[in-house]
Amino acid sequence: MLQPRSSTARSVLGSFVLIGVVVAGSAAAFAYTAGWLSPERLTPWKMLQALAPPSGPALGHRRNHAKGICFTGVFESNGNGAALSRASVLAAGQYPALGRFNLGTPNPEAADATVRVRGIGLRITPPDGQEWRTAMINAPVFAVSTPEGFHELLLAAGSKDPNAMKVFAEAHPEFASFGAWAKNAPWTGSYAEDRFNGLNSFIFTDGSGADHAVRWSLLPAAQVVPVTQDDLKKLDPDFLEQEITQRVRSGPLRWTMTVTVANPGDPTADPTKAWPEDRRTVEVGTLVVQRIEGEADGPCRDINFDPTVLPPGMRTSDDPFPAARSSVYAKSYDLRTAEAKDYPRTVAGPKP
Amino acid sequence: MNAIRHHFSPLQRLLHWVMAICILAMLFIGVGMVSTIMPKYVPLVAIHKTLGTAILVLALIRLVTRFYYGAPALPADLPEPMKLAAELSHYALYALMIGMPLLGWAMLSASAYPVELYGGIYLPAILPQSDSVRTLLWNAHYYLAFAFFALILMHAAAALFHALVRHDGVFEAMAPVPIRDEVTRVEYTAAE
Repeated sequence: MLQPRSSTARSVLGSFVLIGVVVAGSAAAFAYTAGWLSPERLTPWKMLQALAPPSGPALGHRRNHAKGICFTGVFESNGNGAALSRASVLAAGQYPALGRFNLGTPNPEAADATVRVRGIGLRITPPDGQEWRTAMINAPVFAVSTPEGFHELLLAAGSKDPNAMKVFAEAHPEFASFGAWAKNAPWTGSYAEDRFNGLNSFIFTDGSGADHAVRWSLLPAAQVVPVTQDDLKKLDPDFLEQEITQRVRSGPLRWTMTVTVANPGDPTADPTKAWPEDRRTVEVGTLVVQRIEGEADGPCRDINFDPTVLPPGMRTSDDPFPAARSSVYAKSYDLRTAEAKDYPRTVAGPKP
Repeated sequence: MNAIRHHFSPLQRLLHWVMAICILAMLFIGVGMVSTIMPKYVPLVAIHKTLGTAILVLALIRLVTRFYYGAPALPADLPEPMKLAAELSHYALYALMIGMPLLGWAMLSASAYPVELYGGIYLPAILPQSDSVRTLLWNAHYYLAFAFFALILMHAAAALFHALVRHDGVFEAMAPVPIRDEVTRVEYTAAE
């Protein structure tokens, strides 16, 4: 029933201790959740620190794939993908597309011929408000199996220890197939001739509710003319941007979007492992690039090509990379949008 | 004596405790998600957006119930500074309950992110894309989250102070279930 009102000094002290414990315990739990008590936690910030060159990041720019150029166009969906996913973007139709050709480097001033990995960021927006964002690269497999492995790769690549990469490669045998591609695959002289691969596995859900594990690629319609890196080094440091700008002026460029469906048991969690060639591959549509715009004032500048922005009917799989990329891209986006003054627009005023 | 209300209405108490759980979960999810690159990042962000929208709706309902039912008066013998602190902190809590979800929603809008909730529900953008506006909103959302958590800790400490030290019925007014009968309490206090 009722407690006597005449609290003794001891019980008051006990009450204050209890209150203190509740407050301090809650604050400690909050600090733990925020990672402040876990210096070993791999945070998006740590990943960005590892990505930054020794001279520091290029302020106002993406922390990786920092050099790029915007494009706009359309995605012509042929409707074949509707059997795999109920996403409206795969229903037959023509939807606005916005994207960015880019180079896998934290340096926005890098000479084009020095960067092995090229990428494409893409956002397709069907009229119902859904969105499909993806960011793909020209490598056929990814370099490492896990985000932690990627962090170790960045540390090794940035290390002053001449043996660091050797030690890394021994600890990460999965790196070998990417390494072989980087060393031996022919280069191209144009973004238009590059094939871009999503590499990560996603789950498509069709109209009946059935799930399909998939990966997707963009196959260039342009004729591929293999060249060597030495050929490219003779060109202007910005030849890729100049070339694609010229090329689109003389007509739109096309890539076929293909979706490859895994067989049961195919590795979905590991983007270093390609699926066998005979897997069912569906051509779902065509990306048509109609216009090129510089990044500083272009429509792709302030778009984060977050690979977890997916329409209903698509979702992430057990592949750990899309989540890690989303988290790190978000941090990069927070930083670079706050640093906009360090990357001035050339046209005054907000863009339309 | 019976005519004086010493408790918040059952609907207000239900809203208070449901929202207490939601808001604490929200703050922990918020600081947790921005510090991880693990696969849980994706569901945490989705929950954060969905729960934030739910909190906004609940906070607006709660504001209406507050205007409709009012609040029991604070004890007459409560020192003036404590009364003032109680009053101001409740204004701040209401402002944050309503303001934080709006800041988050506006921040996503100004970032040109689709605002997608669980169940494939898309909220419309409430601001045009802008790097400077989104930076302002991001900072507000981030720093106010810590202020919100600090305020909740003070709120909880004050509630326990009323319950354990002052025994003045303030905690009981919002207790999840009636702890003691208000008439008995009044008589008991009067008889003391």
